[in-house]
Amino acid sequence: MLIIRCHICGVFADETELQPGGEAHIKRYRSQSSTEDFSSYLFDRSNKKGIHFERWRHAYGCGKWFHVARCTETLEVFGSYSAQTLKPPKSILDKIKVIRPDFKGWKNE
Amino acid sequence: MSSRLENRGKLLSRQNRLNFSFNGEKLWGYQGDTIASALLANGKTLVGRSFKYHRPRGIVASGVEEPNAIMGVGEGKFFQPNQRATNTLLREGMVINSQNHWPSLNYDIWSILSIFSSFFSAGFYYKIFIKPRFAWKYIYEPFIRLSAGLGKPPRDKDGDKYEQFYTHVDILIVGGGLSGLEIAQRLAVSGNEILLLEQLPYIGGRSIVDQTEIDRMSSQEWVKKVQEVLQKYPNIKMRTHTVVAGIYDHGYAIANESITNYKEGENIPKERLWRIRAKKIITATGAIEKPLVFSGNDIPGVMLASAARDYLSLYGVSVGDRTIIATNNDSAYKSAAMLLEVGLTVSLIIDVRREISGDLPRYIESLGVEIKTGAAISRVIGKKHVEAVEICNQAGEGAILSRVECDAVLMSGGWNPVVNLWSHCGGKLYWDSGKNMFVPNEQKAPIGFDGLQNVFAVGSSNGFLSDELVLRDAEQLAAALEKGTKNKSSRKRKKRVKCIIEAPTVNVVQMPQAAGEKFMQKSFLDFQNDVKVTDIRLAAREGFESVEHTKRYTTLGMATDQGKLSNIIGISILAKNLGKSIPEVGTTTFRPPYIPISLGSIGGAEKGNLFKPIRKTPMDSWHESNGAFWEPVGDWRRPYAYMRSGEDLSEAISREVKNTRMNVGLLDASTLGKILVSGKDSGKFLDLIYTNMMSSLAVGKCRYGLMCNENGFLFDDGVVVRLSENSYLCHTTTGGALNVHSWMEEWHQTEWWSLDVFITDVTEQYSQIAIVGPKARDLITQVSKADLSDQKIPFMTYKSIEVAGITSNIFRISFSGELSYELAVPANMGLKVWKALIEKGKSLNLMPYGTEALHVMRAEKGFIMIGDETDGTVIPQDLNLDWAISKKKKDYLGKRAHERPFFNNKNRKKLVGLITDKPNLVLPDGAQIIASNHEKKIYMPIGHITSTYFSPSLGHSIAMALIEGGLAHLGGRVKISLAENKFAYAKVVNPNFLDSKER
Repeated sequence: MLIIRCHICGVFADETELQPGGEAHIKRYRSQSSTEDFSSYLFDRSNKKGIHFERWRHAYGCGKWFHVARCTETLEVFGSYSAQTLKPPKSILDKIKVIRPDFKGWKNE
Repeated sequence: MSSRLENRGKLLSRQNRLNFSFNGEKLWGYQGDTIASALLANGKTLVGRSFKYHRPRGIVASGVEEPNAIMGVGEGKFFQPNQRATNTLLREGMVINSQNHWPSLNYDIWSILSIFSSFFSAGFYYKIFIKPRFAWKYIYEPFIRLSAGLGKPPRDKDGDKYEQFYTHVDILIVGGGLSGLEIAQRLAVSGNEILLLEQLPYIGGRSIVDQTEIDRMSSQEWVKKVQEVLQKYPNIKMRTHTVVAGIYDHGYAIANESITNYKEGENIPKERLWRIRAKKIITATGAIEKPLVFSGNDIPGVMLASAARDYLSLYGVSVGDRTIIATNNDSAYKSAAMLLEVGLTVSLIIDVRREISGDLPRYIESLGVEIKTGAAISRVIGKKHVEAVEICNQAGEGAILSRVECDAVLMSGGWNPVVNLWSHCGGKLYWDSGKNMFVPNEQKAPIGFDGLQNVFAVGSSNGFLSDELVLRDAEQLAAALEKGTKNKSSRKRKKRVKCIIEAPTVNVVQMPQAAGEKFMQKSFLDFQNDVKVTDIRLAAREGFESVEHTKRYTTLGMATDQGKLSNIIGISILAKNLGKSIPEVGTTTFRPPYIPISLGSIGGAEKGNLFKPIRKTPMDSWHESNGAFWEPVGDWRRPYAYMRSGEDLSEAISREVKNTRMNVGLLDASTLGKILVSGKDSGKFLDLIYTNMMSSLAVGKCRYGLMCNENGFLFDDGVVVRLSENSYLCHTTTGGALNVHSWMEEWHQTEWWSLDVFITDVTEQYSQIAIVGPKARDLITQVSKADLSDQKIPFMTYKSIEVAGITSNIFRISFSGELSYELAVPANMGLKVWKALIEKGKSLNLMPYGTEALHVMRAEKGFIMIGDETDGTVIPQDLNLDWAISKKKKDYLGKRAHERPFFNNKNRKKLVGLITDKPNLVLPDGAQIIASNHEKKIYMPIGHITSTYFSPSLGHSIAMALIEGGLAHLGGRVKISLAENKFAYAKVVNPNFLDSKER
C-alpha cells in the first residue's frame, strides 16, 4: 500500500486515503476538435513502466487534487506538486534527474 | 510408535491436563501442547490423508511448514477447517477431526486412487478428461466434485469474534529468534519505536531446542536475559503467536495474532489482525529444514530431523524407540544426540557424504552409533507407519544392501532461509552456490516511498546458519541502520558463540542418486498436493522449462503450505531434469500470505451491523414507527412504501399513488443530493458542467439540468435553483450526490481552476419534503401564511417562506405531473415540520408515500430515472431530451462527444412508451424487444425494457423502453421476449402516459 504526500495539506497519506486519477497533464479537446485529438484525449494513456506523472486526490483528507511523480516499477515516489499546472515543475524534473540520471525529461522536453 | 516421556517438555505445564477428542476418540494432553504434539503423545502418527491419492500421512514438521497434519477444529459455529496441527495450541475440550477421507481415517475408500496413481500424473486433468464428451457430465464432473477440496466448509455462521489493530512503528522486527533479539536490543537503545513479532507461542526460536553457548551462557539463558533487558524499554513491544503474513508496498505489513486465552463462546476474540506501518522492517524469519527425497518419504513416521528434536525437547514426545536418521549435513546429528541423551535408540545414521569430519558426528560415532557414509535410503517399508528401511549406496540406482527395522525415520536435507517476506514486496533473491540456497539480494532490496531500502533480512533468513554468524549479521545490520548507511561495517569483534566445527552440507536432494522410475513413483516432493519426482520429470520431458509453468502444471507448491518444504527441492529436481543449474531455472515468486489466515480475521469486526453504516434522514424514526418497508438507496435507507395492516406491498403502492393523485401525498426527499455552487463564476462553471444553459437562469427560478461525462453519456440529473446572482443550488439524484460533488470539484480544481467558484455539499444540512397532489397548496396553507398563488410562486420557481414557524425554502417543482412543492428546512427541523404537515393533513386525506409510488408516478408521466433509463451508454438525445441541451454554448462536458457521428445515427436506441396488449401484464424489467423473421428464423434484439410498472392511475401496465429508431415506431406493435420461449406484444406510444392538467 503506497504512501504519498498530499501536496496541499502535507500529510503522508496511505493509499486508502487517496483516490487515483490516472495520468496527469492530459490536454482536453473541446467541441470542433479533430477526431484524432479528441480520441487521444479520451482514450490514449501512456501506461508507463517507469517514471510516471499522475493525478491523485486526498479524498478522505483535505479533498484536494494534486499531482505525483513516481516510478510505476519500483514504486519510488519522487514528489508531489500542484494540480494547477500544465506540466511538471522544474524542481520535480531536476530531482528525478538526480535520482535517475538516464531520465529523458517530461515528454522528452 | 510415538509416546510421551516423563521428564521432558520445556513448554508443558504438566499440572494442567487438557481433554480433547480426535475423530471421536477421547484423549488428553497438557497445557502447552500443540495439536500435533498431543496427537504424537497419544501415539497418533496417522493424522490425515493426502489430497490426490489419499495416502496415509503423518506429522512431518513442527511448525507452520507442516503439509500433512491439517485438521478440522471445533464444532458447529466454532468449526474451522484446514487448521495446521503444528501451530494450533491445544485447548480444553477441543474437538479435532482429520480430513480428506471416507468413511474413516484408517479405512479410506478413496485410497484406491493410489493404485491408479500412474494415471494421475502431472496435468492428468488436461489429458484424461477430454473424451468422450458425454462423460464430462455423468462421470468426470461428479467424480471430480466428490474428491475436490481439502477440508469441509463450515456450515454455520462463524460464532467467533475477530478484531483488527492498527499501529505505526519505526521498526518492525519479524521473528524473535537469536537475530531478532540481538538486533532488537541493539536498536532499542536509541529510542526507536520497535515492534517484535514472533510466530511461535514463545520467544527464542530454534535456540531453545538447539542449544549453544552464547556470551558464556546457554542460549536458552541468553534468550531469557535479553528478554528481560528488552522488557525494560518502554519503546519496544513484543508479541508471540503472531505471524506476519505479508509485507506490502512502502512498509505496510499484516500480522495475525492467535489470542492465547481464547475460549469458544466467551467474549474474547479468537484472532487479531495487526495492520502495521513500519518505517523499516527487519525479517529475522530463520530457516526451515528441507526434506530428502526417497521412496516412501511420505509414510507416517518419516519426519524432519529438527521436528523430532522439537517434539522431544519442547513437548517431551518421543517419535519412536528405534530411529534411523538420513542426512546430508551435520545438523541432523543434534537429533541423534538428543535421542541418545533420553535413552532412546538411534539404530543407524545414513549420511550421503563420503566421510564425516564435523565435531558432532564424530562425537556421535564415539558413542557407538552406527553411521553409514555414502549411503542412502532405497525405500521405506510400511503402509500406515514406518516398519523398516532398505539401505543402498547413494551412488547408484538403489540396489538393496541391507534392511533395518525402525519406528521412525528422521530426514534432513539441509536448511533453507525463509525469504518469503523479503520477496513479498519486490525483494529479489540470488543463488548462493557455496551455501546451496536462495538468499536475499541486497542490491535488489525492497524500497520505501523515498526510494531507500526499507526491508532488511538478517540472520538465518539472510543465509547465515551458525549462531556465531547469525549474531554477527545482526550486529552489523544494527550498526548499519544506526549509521543510516547500507554498508555493513567489518570491524573486528570477539567471538561470542562457543565454536563447533561443522562439515559442509552437500547438495543432495534425491536418494539414491540414480533412483529408477519405480522408486521415484513414491518419492514425494509436495506432500499436500502429492507431487512426485516423476511428475516433475514428466513436466520437464513435456517441455515445461519455466519454473512458473512447471509449478502450475504439476501443482508443486500450490497447496495451503505454499511449498515451504517442497519449493526448493522441486526446483533442484527440475534443474537436474532440464540439465540446467538452479539459478538458471530460478525460483517462483513468493506472495502473501506467508501462512493462510482466516477470512474471519480479515473481515474483523466489520460484519453485521458494523459492515457499513446506514444513512438515515431526520424523519427516519417517524417512518420506522409508521410501517415503512425499507429500501436501500445508495447508503441511505428510504421507505419503499408505508404498509398498513392487512395490505400487501402492491396494494400499499397502489393506495399511495391513487391518494396522491386524488388528494395529497408526502415524500421524504431529504436524501436528494444538494450541492451549493457559489462564487462570481458559478454561472459560467455550471454552463460547463450541465448540458443546459445555467448562466441565463433568472434569480429565483428553477431549471431541470443534465450532466454528461466527456464520453457524452448522461450520468446525473436534477433541478438547479438560482438562489442569488452568485449562487446556485444543484439538486442531484440520491445515489449520485457524492459523485457529483467530487465531479464538480475535480473539474474545478484540475481544469477550470481560474474560475471563482466554491462547491459545498449541503445534502445533510437540509430536510426536504415533497408535498404532492391537488390539495398540496391547501395543506401548506394550513401551516404557513405565505401566498402560494400561481402569481406569487409560479411553476419552476423558489421562494423563502415561513412554514410551521421555520424559515424554509419552497421549490415549486414536480416529479409526478401533479401540483407539487418541495420544502427544504434545516435538517434538525425536518421531523417537526413533517409531523406538523401530517397532523394538519389529516382533514385533507394526506398520506405519506414511498419511493416506489414516486417511481410509478414519474413513469406515468414519462420522466426518466437515472439508472433505469440510463446505463452509462445512453446520451440525453436517446431519451428525447434534446431540449435540455444548449445549442448556444461553445463548450460543456460531453459536447465534443455529442458531435461524434455514431451519436447522430437515427438507428440509435431511443426512448418510447409501451402499452401491452394484455393490460395486466407487467413486462419483466430488462426484457428484450425482438424483431423477428420466422421464415428465416432470425431473432434480433432491437431494444429492451427500462422501466415497467402497473399504473394504478390508468388501470393498466405501462413500460418505458429503449428501442432502435425510437418514436419512429409510434403507433406500431413490438414483440417482447419473455422467459421460456414466450412472447408478449405491446403498442408503441409516447411515454407521457398520463396527461394530467395541473403541475
